[in-house]
Amino acid sequence: MSDFTLSELLICACADVWKDDGEVLATGIGIIPRIAQGLAKLTHSPALMITDGEAYLTETPVEIGAKSHEGRSYGGYMPYSRVFDALWHGRRHALVGPVQVDRWGQANISCIGDFDKPKRQMLGLRGFPGNSINHANSMFVPNHSTRVFVEGEVDVVCSVGYKDDNWQPGVRRDFASVERIVTNLCVMDFGGPNHALRVISLHPGVSFDEVQDNTSFPLILADDCTETAHPSADQLAIIRKLDPRDVRARQIKDNPPGIRA
Amino acid sequence: MSLNKQMTTTDVVAQLQDGMTIGVGGWGPRRKPMALIREILRSDLKDLTIVGYGGMDMGMLCAAGKVKKLIYGFVSLDFIPLEPFFRKAREAGSIEALELDEGMLHWGLRAAGYRLPFLPMRAGLGTAFMHNNPEIKTVNSPYDDGETLLAMPAIKLDAALLQVHKADQLGNVRVYSPDPFFDEWFARAADKTYVLAEDVCERLDSDEADAKANLFERSLVSGVVEQRGGAHPTSHVPGYGWDAAHIKRYCQAAAEDGGWQAYVDEFLGATEADYQNAVGGLDAITSLPRQVL
Repeated sequence: MSDFTLSELLICACADVWKDDGEVLATGIGIIPRIAQGLAKLTHSPALMITDGEAYLTETPVEIGAKSHEGRSYGGYMPYSRVFDALWHGRRHALVGPVQVDRWGQANISCIGDFDKPKRQMLGLRGFPGNSINHANSMFVPNHSTRVFVEGEVDVVCSVGYKDDNWQPGVRRDFASVERIVTNLCVMDFGGPNHALRVISLHPGVSFDEVQDNTSFPLILADDCTETAHPSADQLAIIRKLDPRDVRARQIKDNPPGIRA
Repeated sequence: MSLNKQMTTTDVVAQLQDGMTIGVGGWGPRRKPMALIREILRSDLKDLTIVGYGGMDMGMLCAAGKVKKLIYGFVSLDFIPLEPFFRKAREAGSIEALELDEGMLHWGLRAAGYRLPFLPMRAGLGTAFMHNNPEIKTVNSPYDDGETLLAMPAIKLDAALLQVHKADQLGNVRVYSPDPFFDEWFARAADKTYVLAEDVCERLDSDEADAKANLFERSLVSGVVEQRGGAHPTSHVPGYGWDAAHIKRYCQAAAEDGGWQAYVDEFLGATEADYQNAVGGLDAITSLPRQVL
């Protein structure tokens, strides 16, 4: 299958972050992660719990960009209070979109610059501190660049990572894990020595040097690094069903093909 | 029973004072008691500390210079991720900010509601929160595990402002939204809670299923105000959705010189009736379709 877009490749790579997770709440923030959570559930991970985007759990992933609630059915209830209960309990894996990420896997969505008088105020901490210290988290970065993957520490450490200095003695670290980072260039994990970030697959036509050039700190190339798996015909059919209005085409600038021309 | 807690938006604002800590229920652009926020905008109140899962409630109060400090997990309009007037205030350094994890805010309100000094939790440990807020302490478990936990201090509110679907004069409420958010904990954390309802009746007498929509008991409620369409431009599902066009217009104002004053001149008016006329009328508000998320 060679006729697919980069967005579709990324949806498949994002879906894989939940592989083997079992019965956890999957929360993908943003269009590509949301389609991905549906794809994961309809393919390799049927036990995942996902919501309708509001307050209910559904076994049938909702269509992206649907115009009405007609035909939706629900198996359970998941208002924010219960999301917090579930995430503190640990059975959740979120796929979130940070603005900055550092070599320790710490992410920022709060503000750029000094917290007391930010150069650019963004969302705030949202759920990043609680999510990151309680359950597995992965990240989706659609614009892999040195601006996102910063040289030192992120401006505001919103989610915990592997920087020992930031952990006070006696704090439990074992519930926290930064799993994968899926970008428009590659897939990475923290499986290098001492949790160093390493590239585990490169998207078609992307070189390790290109990834390194767009990252402000040194990366490791995994020994068994592969080309990121191409979407299968079955996956593409499910993606089209989950996103019939092709909202995914507007997520990456110019909607490039999955295999570079 | 002779209890009658019904009052007007001006009665509520008359009970608020400069410097108070006021919690606002809802979440981002959803189920905010905006008619009460607008009444504060029309008042002389100042130096307020506003607490909540913020949206344009916080943005507007910042724009109007009512805010000394914000305590928030986020300030966002969801479909427009960044609240423009909140951003302006933060980037100008004109307000104090206690930026919390969403769960910390919940936990702080719960501690206040239970009359506890703090509740232990993990969120915040290992993050910049600890550097930015040295007044927030940790505590060690007194049991064998000895774990170090964050001691989330109670967030005590002088007043809470909440949006509900129905209320009666006794202070019983009904909330029919898909998600009740954390409104219950705002009510418990507050000395006085004022609810803005689409409908207020003398006495709610409903069946068991309907009574489950009673989000908190009436002893927590000090005042009920009837104002149909009062959550506009935020959503009040199942009644009406948020007014995306109006919210965009509001966000544009932040990019214009004197934009806030122009927004006030065009829309706020002297009363809620003026406001509703300026935005197209009550029928237009209550027929705004619910968003499909």
